[in-house]
Amino acid sequence: MKMKTTSMSMSTAKAKTFRSNMITYAMVILAYIIVEIFLNAGQVSSLIKGLLVPLTIYSIMAVSLNLVVGISGELSLGHAGFMCVGAFASATWTMLMKSSAMPPLLRFIIAIVIGAAAAAVFGFLIGIPVLRLKGDYLAIVTLAFGEIIKNIINALYFGIDDHGAHFSLKDSLSLGMDGGTVIIKGAQGITGTPKQATFTIGVILLLIALFVVLNLINSRTGRAIMAIRDNRIAAESIGLNVTRYKLMAFTISAAIAGAAGVLYAHNLSSLQALPKNFGYNQSIMILVFVVMGGIGNIRGSVIAAVILTLLPEVLRGLNDYRMLMYAIVLILMMLFTSAPSLIALRQQIMARFSKKNDEGKETT
Amino acid sequence: MMSFISYLLSGVSLGSIYAIIALGYTMVYGIAKMLNFAHGDILMVGGYAAFIALNQMGLPILVSTLLSMVICTLLGVVIEKVAYKPLRQANSLNVLITAIGVSYLLQNLALLLFGANPKSFTSFVPIKPVKLAGGALTISGETIVTILCCLIIVGGLVTFINKTKAGQAMLAVSEDKGAATLMGVDVNKTISMTFAIGSALAAIGGILMCSAYPTLTPTTGAMPGIKAFVAAVLGGIGSIPGAFIGGIILGVLENLSKAYISSKLSDAIVFSVLIIVLLVKPTGILGKKIMEKV
Amino acid sequence: MAMLDIEALGISFGGLKAVDNFHVQIEKNELYGLIGPNGAGKTTVFNLLTGVYKPTSGQILLDGDNITGLSCEEINKKGIARTFQNIRLFHNMSVLDNVKAGLHNHYLYSTLDGILRTPKYRKLEKEMDAKALEILKVFDLQDFVDYKASNLPYGQQRKLEIARALATEPKLLLLDEPAAGMNPSETEELMRTIRLVRDEFDMTILLIEHDMKLVSGICDRLTVLNFGQVLKQGKTADVLHDPEVIKAYLGD
Repeated sequence: MKMKTTSMSMSTAKAKTFRSNMITYAMVILAYIIVEIFLNAGQVSSLIKGLLVPLTIYSIMAVSLNLVVGISGELSLGHAGFMCVGAFASATWTMLMKSSAMPPLLRFIIAIVIGAAAAAVFGFLIGIPVLRLKGDYLAIVTLAFGEIIKNIINALYFGIDDHGAHFSLKDSLSLGMDGGTVIIKGAQGITGTPKQATFTIGVILLLIALFVVLNLINSRTGRAIMAIRDNRIAAESIGLNVTRYKLMAFTISAAIAGAAGVLYAHNLSSLQALPKNFGYNQSIMILVFVVMGGIGNIRGSVIAAVILTLLPEVLRGLNDYRMLMYAIVLILMMLFTSAPSLIALRQQIMARFSKKNDEGKETT
Repeated sequence: MMSFISYLLSGVSLGSIYAIIALGYTMVYGIAKMLNFAHGDILMVGGYAAFIALNQMGLPILVSTLLSMVICTLLGVVIEKVAYKPLRQANSLNVLITAIGVSYLLQNLALLLFGANPKSFTSFVPIKPVKLAGGALTISGETIVTILCCLIIVGGLVTFINKTKAGQAMLAVSEDKGAATLMGVDVNKTISMTFAIGSALAAIGGILMCSAYPTLTPTTGAMPGIKAFVAAVLGGIGSIPGAFIGGIILGVLENLSKAYISSKLSDAIVFSVLIIVLLVKPTGILGKKIMEKV
Repeated sequence: MAMLDIEALGISFGGLKAVDNFHVQIEKNELYGLIGPNGAGKTTVFNLLTGVYKPTSGQILLDGDNITGLSCEEINKKGIARTFQNIRLFHNMSVLDNVKAGLHNHYLYSTLDGILRTPKYRKLEKEMDAKALEILKVFDLQDFVDYKASNLPYGQQRKLEIARALATEPKLLLLDEPAAGMNPSETEELMRTIRLVRDEFDMTILLIEHDMKLVSGICDRLTVLNFGQVLKQGKTADVLHDPEVIKAYLGD
């Protein structure tokens, strides 16, 4: 009798996770279908049309950051930096291949792979030193790295001619070009990138990001990452390699952020590394999405990203108060989830709730 | 040569500002064990308060400065009570996110109240530039006053902590909150006082910074705040002389790299120093090692 | 050859010798107790054994293998698992996942297998579930598999920590005050469980405990630690009646 209830409860836990993941995918697909129907009917304002790709970008960024903050338990304030790397690496590739015979779709798919890979490499290299640090130090160093990336790309000149590639951190003259084309022009960035990021591709990338992160969480690797988050010393004591798994979460997250950067770069004809798009303010905005959606709740971060991006745009009057609202939301969320007096209150309610549930189980 | 000395001096002056801000960071971190991300924004509030007092209310410089300090002190204490105190037992991730929230709250309140347009700040330093070496080297009044202020503040703080009962209480709380309570130290009061002192210093830092770099916007405090934290980490978090040394090194480094390497990359250089220091000596120049209890 | 052979183990913190010249031999399948007054350095010995601290002198042989100075992770892989005085569970994870995390190094599939849900992933996850459940049953925790670890009652949390340690398939299990905070009937039950673990898993166990009833009830042999040094070693009954030991506990 005991055996039976046990195996049953185990399968229910699995089924619950499975169902929850399916709901997440279904939610995204459904939203996509609805938007497509409205688009085909010509019912979508140009304001919303312009927001469709950014919505997928922010959703992907929120999923990416939640992997680090929620699952791995480290605060990264430099995720916009990985987005920046993905954007510039992929846009450079696209510009290089612009006049080649390669079909545009294939070129774009390769661009996505390049953007994600470049950001992953940066994530890995930055992660090695950064993940040795803890808590506040780690947060401030990721912020520092994000700013360094933005700063260097802002000063970077890159061109290509018959002699090969040329780099400079000063100006385009010092590239010493012999004809050819200058692709990255310092603070002016990259101009003339074809607008290839579509809502469809954005949604597909979001689904892939969700697939990767959700499956990761429910695997051996994900368990190790969460175990380290919950208690590093205990995790070491059961033979988990802390550095390895922290680095893995950070690298995968960076790759996903890189892919979001590819979308960003191919959604605008000119790409610059500004504080507004790749600075720490952007990183913090993504953090707001993650906190709002619930730290560690992947579906929540997508919902929060969509709502918090749409709301101020739709309700124009609110736009001035947008950041103010975010700030208040951030503080209140933290107070309600972490202040002992408020936690006690919440647990009381939860306890009552779960008791009711147990009673329900007994009777069925 | 003269230009080098001039860059160096303005670097020391910038560093003194960082040091004054870093003192607030380092004291709060040492005592409340939290990174008060909003510290830089308190500096901005101090700047606006001083600006309004001097330019719009026409108050004398000294009164304006005092008013600005009082406002920042109140603000710091209120923020601590409302946003940080309930989270004293929470994990550092949540506290830091709250502090980021407070930072954004202040910036955006300022944006609504004062608008995004920069205010041109009138210097609080009524001293004429000093010309040396037959006019080849000019030292601005702001530079002199800033460096002097910084020295006085550091000296004053060190004396305060070592010589007064309140200062000793602060030391005790930073060592061990539980033990301090048993010794009869009022921990809540001590933490409040730390925030008060740190915020008052931020006001001074804000006024000095706006006097030297006279544009004031709602985000004025953000980057200097972060750099001051870098300075505090560099010097060893929790250490007052460390914050001073870290601030000066950072200011000089920033100014010299702006002058001789690249103005675009100076921030990247400053942040690289932070990363290198944390990797080589995570406790900073004067910091102590803390062991985790198992 | 002894399962665990410690020679002249010592560590100092800033000149203070927390543990000095510690030595012990523990045989396979033995239930060994480490006792001593508060602050005697018992947990420090555990921390040295598991790599949390690096010893400043001495050596540790596990099954003849020198493991001195290895990291926590490596030492666990060599075969020492432990529990903690202040419980350290993965509190946001389910009871089942806590144990499955312990199984980590014995069921190997790659991250990519996990992301792509390959047949290998499915097969090994199924095996892990079965194994974890088998371990949880020993501790009568099978009805709590889906509970969040932090929602378990205190006594069950202590048991779960032991279950997690056992999942790593150690040769030697270290229990740091397993009965702390338990009432007499819970302690009674814990004693049965510890014996069961020894017999069922053919385990060698070293435990720190203050509860003398537990110590005298289950330990084969004891070492008494006082001021970081070995005060007495031997059969449980002999050691507990030793006048020096009694004096150390009661004070002068």
